[in-house]
Amino acid sequence: MGQIAGLRPVAALDQDAGTSMGARGMLELRGLTRRFGATVAVDHVDLAVPPGQMVGIIGRSGAGKSTLLRMINRLQEPSDGRILSGGRDVTALQGRALRGWRRDCAMVFQQFNLVQRLDVLTNVLIGRIAWQRGWRAAMVLVGARFTAEERAMALAALDRFGLADTALQRAETLSGGQQQRVALCRALLQEPRLVLADEPIASLDPRNAQLVMDALRDVNRKDGLTVLVNLHHLDTAREYCDRIVAMQAGKIVFDGTSAALTPERVRAVYGISEQEFAAEAEARLRAAEPAPAPLAVA
Amino acid sequence: METEGSLAFWMYRLDSWAWLLFETANMAALATLMGAGAALLLAFPAARNLGAGRVVNPAVRRLLEAMRTVPEIVFALIFVWAFGVGPLAGVLAIALHTAGACGKLFAESIENTGLGAWAGVRSAGGSWMQACRFAILPQVAPSLLSYALLRFEINLRSASVIGFVGAGGIGEELYKVISFNYYEEISAILLLIILAVCAIDLLSERLRHRVIGAMQ
Repeated sequence: MGQIAGLRPVAALDQDAGTSMGARGMLELRGLTRRFGATVAVDHVDLAVPPGQMVGIIGRSGAGKSTLLRMINRLQEPSDGRILSGGRDVTALQGRALRGWRRDCAMVFQQFNLVQRLDVLTNVLIGRIAWQRGWRAAMVLVGARFTAEERAMALAALDRFGLADTALQRAETLSGGQQQRVALCRALLQEPRLVLADEPIASLDPRNAQLVMDALRDVNRKDGLTVLVNLHHLDTAREYCDRIVAMQAGKIVFDGTSAALTPERVRAVYGISEQEFAAEAEARLRAAEPAPAPLAVA
Repeated sequence: METEGSLAFWMYRLDSWAWLLFETANMAALATLMGAGAALLLAFPAARNLGAGRVVNPAVRRLLEAMRTVPEIVFALIFVWAFGVGPLAGVLAIALHTAGACGKLFAESIENTGLGAWAGVRSAGGSWMQACRFAILPQVAPSLLSYALLRFEINLRSASVIGFVGAGGIGEELYKVISFNYYEEISAILLLIILAVCAIDLLSERLRHRVIGAMQ
């Protein structure tokens, strides 16, 4: 357990630096907008996240939460607006610099997005690929040959979440909750400063959901990483997050501490009660859940 | 001439024909290896779902089309003219056609793969090539291997015919005996080719099913 060998002491670095605006590690969104044809998925979002914060982003289906996180990682290009990190313009990054930024802000997906036919250890080691340079990159590309230190790092990360004995199994043999924790291990191997979790528990049962959320909190508290997590359960957001950002139709309609998001406030913001909100989110997620990808076999 | 009509008379040059058949099988194997190798490299930029760019993607697709629309025998004629009579011309001709045919099948396999893992690798800062290697290749490897083995069966048949234009293998010998009207030899060689192709078809089919079974 404990710290992964070789992890940068991010928390210590960011605590003194994060005091002033625009300091190192500060994530800022300015007028961030994404349009899909005539619809506006994310509409002029302004947000500043100091390092080390655990932010829950809530909202109904189609509120733009996923698009927002995917834009921060640059998996989706913004139509307008800027993303700044420690004063650096992330929206302008290209090529190697862009890959460096993606390494710095690890993503965790609703569908885990592991390589199903690869073993768990290699899946975790994928978190290291952006660190490879020169002939080491060639070794990794051709033979998936990572160094002994990197393999030890991966095992330590798996051990931290109680998955060390699954290291040599194929990812597809694991349960959803285990796969999501493997995905979190992959994220940690990137040695990121930021973890973006897009509905990490939407496909999981309550017990596994709790394990994954505990793991995210652990990463936030022990490693000092900033965590942005999309959630559809207000209770989960209140329980785990320092700060809650509520979105509606692409706009931020609430931004405050979890205590400030009272049931009255929820009704004022969304026009429905908390129970209705939860039931609706649940139904939408069920309906939107994609069918399992067909195995490509001739 | 008391042996006339016997099996020994019919197959009197079995030793050299067996060697030519072996050469033909080798041509097919080498050509499949080269062609499938090239197809593997070209299939990723040719797949529509990996975003290989508005110039590269159509260019590679057209290249693959050009390679597979020209029949092997035409490539063989060109290569015989360029490199002279012999197996090299045949191997190159079949390899080129195989690259085109397999490239399309490989690309379609890739297009049928889910892109979840792709997003996972890209979001971790992986380059396009790294994402191809780690997110796509492990998922499509069994079907690609199966296509390549199937292509080996097809190439074996092509390799026995391609000798007609002087590109090596048993076909060259067949062409020779046909032009001399040696009817016993013609029937003997045809029978040998049929037997060899049947045998390799059966073997390759078994191998293919075992490979797919083992990889799943």
